[in-house]
Amino acid sequence: MTTRTAWERVQLARHLARPHTLDYIAELLDEPRELHGDRLYRDDPAIVAAIGRFGAEPVVVIGHQKGASTAENVKRNFGMPKPEGYRKAIRILQLAEKFRLPVVTFIDTPAADPGLESEERGQAWAISSCLRTLLGVRVPTVGVVIGEGGSGGALALAVCDRLLMLENAIFAVASPEACAAILWRDAGRAPEAAETMRITAEDLHRFGIADEVIPEPVPAHLDASGVIRRVGSVLQRHLTELQRIWQEHGPESLRRFRWARYRAIGMWSEETIEQALD
Amino acid sequence: MRPRLRRRNTTSDEREFFGPVVPDGLWLKCPRCRELVYAREFERNLSVCPRCNYHARLTARQRIALTADPGSFVEWDANLVAADPLGFVALGEPYSEKIREAYQRSGEREALVTGSATIRGVRVALAVCEFGFLGASMGSVFGEKFARAAERAVEQGQPLIVFASSGGARMHEGVYSLFQLPKTIVAVEMLSEARLPFIAVLVDPCYGGVTASFATIADLILAEPGAMIGFAGPRVIEQVTRQKLPAGFQSAEFLLEHGMIDAIVPRHRLREELAYFVQLLTGLHSNMPTVPAHRQESKG
Repeated sequence: MTTRTAWERVQLARHLARPHTLDYIAELLDEPRELHGDRLYRDDPAIVAAIGRFGAEPVVVIGHQKGASTAENVKRNFGMPKPEGYRKAIRILQLAEKFRLPVVTFIDTPAADPGLESEERGQAWAISSCLRTLLGVRVPTVGVVIGEGGSGGALALAVCDRLLMLENAIFAVASPEACAAILWRDAGRAPEAAETMRITAEDLHRFGIADEVIPEPVPAHLDASGVIRRVGSVLQRHLTELQRIWQEHGPESLRRFRWARYRAIGMWSEETIEQALD
Repeated sequence: MRPRLRRRNTTSDEREFFGPVVPDGLWLKCPRCRELVYAREFERNLSVCPRCNYHARLTARQRIALTADPGSFVEWDANLVAADPLGFVALGEPYSEKIREAYQRSGEREALVTGSATIRGVRVALAVCEFGFLGASMGSVFGEKFARAAERAVEQGQPLIVFASSGGARMHEGVYSLFQLPKTIVAVEMLSEARLPFIAVLVDPCYGGVTASFATIADLILAEPGAMIGFAGPRVIEQVTRQKLPAGFQSAEFLLEHGMIDAIVPRHRLREELAYFVQLLTGLHSNMPTVPAHRQESKG
């Protein structure tokens, strides 16, 4: 693993030329077909979904989609999903469950869209439903943070049986800029905030939240296909393991394990009565 | 007709709610209508402005006193305190110091108070956010206390009622704060599997992770009049969109109109409404342990 500061990794995670979800879909799936729309309001270009064969098996893929140029980013809302994006994800997850297809998610967003319309259409409601659906599906799920894991908007696609992170990916409760603005009243101190917040793949792996860090010997924007292939082989290994658990313990088992996993995250201390009275 | 609360004699739970008697002759200025209100009248009206119906924020203890039958509340997990998983220091102040300050200011050890109580004789589990403790931000202790409350509710066959309020994430706990969202959702799934009602009352202000997790997957979502509720805060939205927000945006009334909540319930009706909803929902399953006795009790 290379040594870089957290702020350097933030820059790499946000790099415009870094491969995005559709690049992974194109490279890893045979004959993928993109699926559109939430069946309720419209198609959100900030979340994409596809079905296709991964190796021999059909899988469903859902991911945030950033643009590779400013023009594309405007179209994709910089990868910031609106409620219809999360509702698309929910619909596709239900499809995967119905036909017993494993789910792969790619996480890469600065945040859920914080706009007027998103609030009007229930952004918080869409995110909580998406979390609930992904936590509850009776099929194997593997999430890969390929770039920016920005807060609840990223989390909605991340609560999988396995959570993998690329070496230069990050996962944070708020952007370092926002954190610096809130805590130091100075967004310019973002590099310092990035360090303090513990947002690198290595940090999340140490916390036990990420299961595995996928190395980037060369940053992904300089070796897209190399990194994508590496992600593919790690994904394959985890999906095989999960499918074995699924077959041995039945369709209900995976979500039971998943629930136990997310139930357990947290750090606190329990005081004795004497300490509490002190 | 006079408001019913003014007609009633002071009951013991109201005394519990008011705390020390407010001295005579004290006046308050309502932050919304700017009218002067006699302080005691304001408090007797459950901190609702008698002129404009402004619902002022309450502490968790005031909420509990207002909701639970007098003396029925038994607190759970009051001994859980925040750890410092990141070793977080901001402006020279470590997180542990921040927690101590919040404790001294609010009298609470965390931003969520949980326990068991009866409401008009119906036994329920309660989880109440304390906005005075670091803006009711959701850290590990908050998440853990919520999950344990839900699990105890399942064990004891009780519905869960939550008063949800939050200003956002607990920055000092970083991703641990973020991963409390799935934790609370998993806890709600346990209640769902047991077919126990989960009712969320959204109170001012309710934002961020709390709104994007347990609060909005409740079986019933109620809100107090005028409560501000949303995912992103109004300041963030204005900054990002460079638009002035329309009047009433993100208010409980706005959300009701947009189909996001079941009903708006004024503060003085909440207790009765909660008891009523719980009875209706649990009454559907005659094999549920909490139902028959309480149903009869509450008819009197």
